[in-house]
Amino acid sequence: MDKPVEKGKFVFTRESLKKKFRWSEFLSEKIITGVAFLSITIIVLIFVFVFKEALPIFNYKKKEAVKVEQVQKQEQYGGEADQGQTNSSGQEQYGVTTNDTMMIENQARAEDTIVHGSEQATFKSLAGKKWLPVSDNPRYGLVPLFVGTLKITLIAMLFAAPIAILAALFSASFAPYWMREIIKPAIELLAGFPSVVIGFFALMVMASFFQNIFGYDGRLNAFVGGVAMALAAIPIIFTITEDALTAVPRTYTEASLALGATRWQTALFVTLPAATPGIFAAILLGIGRVFGETMIALMATGNAALISVNPFESVRTLAATIGAEMAEVVFGDTHYNVLFLIGSLLFVFNFSLNALAEFYVKGKLVKRFQGKQS
Amino acid sequence: MKEIKIKTRDLTLYYGPKMALNSISIEIPEKEVTAFIGPSGCGKSTFLRTLNRMNDLIPNVRITGEVLVDSLNIYDKQIDVVNLRKKVGMVFQKSNPFAKSIFENVAYGPRINGINNKTKLEEIVETSLKKAFIWEEVKDRLNDSAMALSGGQQQRMCIARTLAVEPEIILMDEPASALDPISTAKIEELIFELKKNYTIVIVTHNMQQAARVSDLTAFFYLGELIEFGKTKKIFTTPDKKHTEEYITGRFG
Ligand SMILES: Nc1ncnc2c1ncn2[C@@H]1O[C@H](COP(=O)(O)OP(=O)(O)OP(=O)(O)O)[C@@H](O)[C@H]1O
Ligand SMILES: [Mg+2]
Repeated sequence: MDKPVEKGKFVFTRESLKKKFRWSEFLSEKIITGVAFLSITIIVLIFVFVFKEALPIFNYKKKEAVKVEQVQKQEQYGGEADQGQTNSSGQEQYGVTTNDTMMIENQARAEDTIVHGSEQATFKSLAGKKWLPVSDNPRYGLVPLFVGTLKITLIAMLFAAPIAILAALFSASFAPYWMREIIKPAIELLAGFPSVVIGFFALMVMASFFQNIFGYDGRLNAFVGGVAMALAAIPIIFTITEDALTAVPRTYTEASLALGATRWQTALFVTLPAATPGIFAAILLGIGRVFGETMIALMATGNAALISVNPFESVRTLAATIGAEMAEVVFGDTHYNVLFLIGSLLFVFNFSLNALAEFYVKGKLVKRFQGKQS
Repeated sequence: MKEIKIKTRDLTLYYGPKMALNSISIEIPEKEVTAFIGPSGCGKSTFLRTLNRMNDLIPNVRITGEVLVDSLNIYDKQIDVVNLRKKVGMVFQKSNPFAKSIFENVAYGPRINGINNKTKLEEIVETSLKKAFIWEEVKDRLNDSAMALSGGQQQRMCIARTLAVEPEIILMDEPASALDPISTAKIEELIFELKKNYTIVIVTHNMQQAARVSDLTAFFYLGELIEFGKTKKIFTTPDKKHTEEYITGRFG
């Protein structure tokens, strides 16, 4: 056993098998754990903050106290409110629909608003059909915002999902190797495209383009916004779908082709169905993207909180509402709380979407490839 | 001697710059079992896959020479690959059922050929599964996922799936290499039965299997066809020293 030990060579002895304490291992493990916990904590705290700010809506008594304080602070906030006003009149330039005149009027009376704007929001008023946060008699009905968001999402998905999925199918099943090497990174680059640029493009180019085709009145509306959102959602849906399609085992494709199926039949009947969980997840994440998208919504939808099924009417989305109004709202005001409530709702939606995507995909895949009948 | 079903002439194949098959000429008779043997990497699978043009899927493959199936050059520009593959079916080394029910797996081939009549499909599925000796084991669970079958059952179901398209030639690439002895015996029995109606080409690493199931044996080495002849002769009195060394296991 006393053979000279070569440097760096592992010798199998009782001694060498003894547990050793490795400093570097220990430290790196602790650091990684620490950082992970820190980031999780920060995220959780952000959510706690958002929820907490939304909470007073449901708590009348606390609300009263805040109100008193607020009236005292009124003077200080006055200056800021003015600023907010100029901001929002800046916005009117793109929100040029006639529907916005009421908003302008409201904002002209911004000073009154601060006093009256803290009317109690209840479940009932939240379920109202009017979103008029800055009027003499402010109303915080979320219904038009929901309708707007859903409308936009639907329009965006009607465009984005088929285009993205077909493109992914082409890239994964038909494109020659060299072409795939170009398509995939190119579309993935688009995912990082600043949404303000897409919004700008929608505002300047697409709005007029579609107006010429469909001949509607307001340049900015749900349709323009939805199509612009589709541009933002396509890269996400494409990438995830493409990954799902290329992850389908080659043996499937070969089996199908060996049975005399054409490439289209193989793609349609074998590859696509085998990848459905992934594609479903891709669509959910695409929806999440549209839900949370603020800049494009602000710039391209017209921002009037209307309830209608007409795709060429202006809409206002949840996210855009926060984006447009948070800057001009009074701290602790009902309006302020409602905006945080909207934020919380957005969070809950997106969280559920992601969770659904995750669990659905995992569950389905496990079933599919381990033989439990689907 | 039976009619020649497949014939290759100076078939040479390159993967990019690398030559994988060197001028292979062989004549495979109909309704017999022909076995390809040889050490790993010698080109057996590659050669098998040229017979139904599965190599078309791989980028940078270059092929010269001819492959004649029923005296037609299948690499001719006029040939429709899709129809060729209906005629020349393939069973893979690793069983590869689709993530669908057993019924849908077997019905897939007929379906893409435009058969949609339910009774007709049921009939095809039943006869195919019977021909593949697996009907009794699965007849009560046709709607269960094929993924839930055992490896051996999956492989026989894959054979049934191939049979459902009514090919004339069946190419098998080590169909039993991942199976236990009992499943292997079942597959061999099945091959024996199938050769009454089909021309079968099988790649195997198992010498006993080649000796048991095949009528003819081809020995490949480094992309070349070294020796081809009656299995009995190859396994008892081969002409080439190489062949003898390989079969007796004295091979480097
Ligand atoms: N797609 C490919 N691209 C490049 N080279 C390949 C490819 N497929 C196979 N080859 C090479 O071609 C040669 C023959 O491979 P092949 O798979 O035909 O061998 P094989 O006889 O079937 O071996 P095994 O018995 O291990 O299955 C090998 O050297 C292999 O590395
Ligand atoms: Mg092989």
